[in-house]
Amino acid sequence: MADDDHSELPTVLVLRRCPFIALLEPKCSQKFNLLKAWDSPLPQDQFLTTHARSVQALLSSGNGPPITAQILQFLPSLKLVVTNSTGLDHVDLAECRRRGIAVANAAKVFAEDVADTAVGLFIDVMRKVSASNRYVRGGLWACRGDYPLGSKIGGKKVGIVGLGSIGLEVAMRLEAFGCSVSYNSRSKKPSLSYQFYSNVCELAADSDALIICCGLTEETHHMINKEVLSALGREGVIVNVGRGAIIDEKEMVECLVGGEIGGAGLDVFENEPNVPKELFSLDNVVLSPHQAIVTHEAFVDLGELVTGNLEAFFSNKPLLSPAVIN
Amino acid sequence: MDSIDVLTLVPTSISAYLEQELDKRFNVLKLWTVPVPNKTQFIKDNSSSIRAIVGHGGVGADAELIDSLPNLEIISSFSVGTDKIDLKKCKEKGIRVTNTPDVLTDDVADIAIGLALAVMRRLCESDRYVRSGQWKKGDYKLTTKFTGKTVGIIGLGRIGKAVAKRAVAFSCPIAYFSRTEKLELKYKYYPTVVELASNSDVLVVACPLTEETRHIINREVIDALGPKGVLINIGRGHHVDEPELVSALLEGRLGGAGLDVYQNEPEVPEQLFGFENVVLLPHAGSGTTETRNAMADLVIGNLEAHFLNKPLLTPVV
Repeated sequence: MADDDHSELPTVLVLRRCPFIALLEPKCSQKFNLLKAWDSPLPQDQFLTTHARSVQALLSSGNGPPITAQILQFLPSLKLVVTNSTGLDHVDLAECRRRGIAVANAAKVFAEDVADTAVGLFIDVMRKVSASNRYVRGGLWACRGDYPLGSKIGGKKVGIVGLGSIGLEVAMRLEAFGCSVSYNSRSKKPSLSYQFYSNVCELAADSDALIICCGLTEETHHMINKEVLSALGREGVIVNVGRGAIIDEKEMVECLVGGEIGGAGLDVFENEPNVPKELFSLDNVVLSPHQAIVTHEAFVDLGELVTGNLEAFFSNKPLLSPAVIN
Repeated sequence: MDSIDVLTLVPTSISAYLEQELDKRFNVLKLWTVPVPNKTQFIKDNSSSIRAIVGHGGVGADAELIDSLPNLEIISSFSVGTDKIDLKKCKEKGIRVTNTPDVLTDDVADIAIGLALAVMRRLCESDRYVRSGQWKKGDYKLTTKFTGKTVGIIGLGRIGKAVAKRAVAFSCPIAYFSRTEKLELKYKYYPTVVELASNSDVLVVACPLTEETRHIINREVIDALGPKGVLINIGRGHHVDEPELVSALLEGRLGGAGLDVYQNEPEVPEQLFGFENVVLLPHAGSGTTETRNAMADLVIGNLEAHFLNKPLLTPVV
């Protein structure tokens, strides 16, 4: 095993290879001994029992695998989980709290990129950017005439679900387009002038579009259900840059196919990378492969944040972006 | 007024509402329905009765058409750009010209930002990636962040300012080139387009098309914008040297392009179809129901004002 070569460097466990880890590795491997579970011929449980008993830090990806209580059982010395995502739905936070394991996430480091994706998808659906791009590339403009008209963004009422760091960035951008912004969140933010709705269904009823920016928790699971979608209505548009499971996907697909909502811009899905194939034939839907944070710049910033959190931990300094796990 | 002959060049697909409202008020002659070989004869047959023309951004009235209509009084364009109308001839002959400013400013600015996001974040390409089943085989690649990038705007009129306002919300520093420096604005002014392009990440064409601005985006400007730069054209096709644009993209000298307009609409150079860093829209800058209706109301309003001897709403000439 490689860990003998880096015996002076602190060890950080990584369970699964992913593009982010690959990008991070050159810089990270100079400061840490990356213990790669996937590199071993041993099955994961056996690997952890044999090699990871003294590991204090784990680097996790929002794309998986989930950091479950079972995995944590194999890591008796673990004191820190650092994830490359803002979302923490893949980490058993209750177990971390019980064990006194600190968790650091990506906080606001790519809130801007996610907000850009949300607004980009919103404009795309409203103004039919991807659909008309396909139309032009199909040579249809010359023979069939102009593409059907889109819908004006200015003056539309947009409801943001979840007004955290991402939701706020979305709100700021949409205001510049002349949208009026309202929101639903766990709690009202008194310092903000946007209209607060305690009930997401009422927000939907009063909105032309919903933008989902919240995290996935027990409360938000399938929060966007048939009732909310009906309230949003035939002309309503939904954009999701949160997590797929916040929306009842099966219901949403039925609504889209049946014309009961106006359109959707989706970066996340319940069972990625599987996307309901009924959506592929719809021109009022824009599909994105969970890439809201996948920019060169975000990865550089994220790399610095993740490395910074690990360095802080190993030098007994405060974490740069501790997640609040209450 | 239904005895007044109005020649319209605007197909139903651009605005059914405009057509409907014109039909209610005037005797409408639809030149766009006449097969090309018969157009000249059609004009001849109706030449003395036509008192108004309704054109749009892609087709207006050149000297030949104006000269063939001795009783033409007004040209009301369903567009803000009047580059397709021979304004000099209209001035000489006392023919009024109106356009549709302001009502479409927001939509066009929205499309400029929508194109920049679509190109830099590869929204259309990754939509295609998902629809073709490729996501199951692997993640899409890294794209380029839009927030914080320098947006250079050519022409800081109504539309240019609206683009700037939106880009500022994305923390984009704003730079511009204009005929005159606008000292009241806190944006960075560059006296030449090449300097603007050298110092911009995204270059937006938002000025009117005139003799001076034809091919304002030439090889030198494209090279200055560079292999990471993105060109957004929401002006007119002739602002850009189109063959130069294509070769720059082929050779990787330009980072990407979002285009709403082309030299010879609705023809689009097919070489552009293969680029993943290009997004192509069918001149849809003002393409929303709300805005096209508002534009139509302005066209109708101007025509009615003219024929009722009232002041025109939005005269150009």
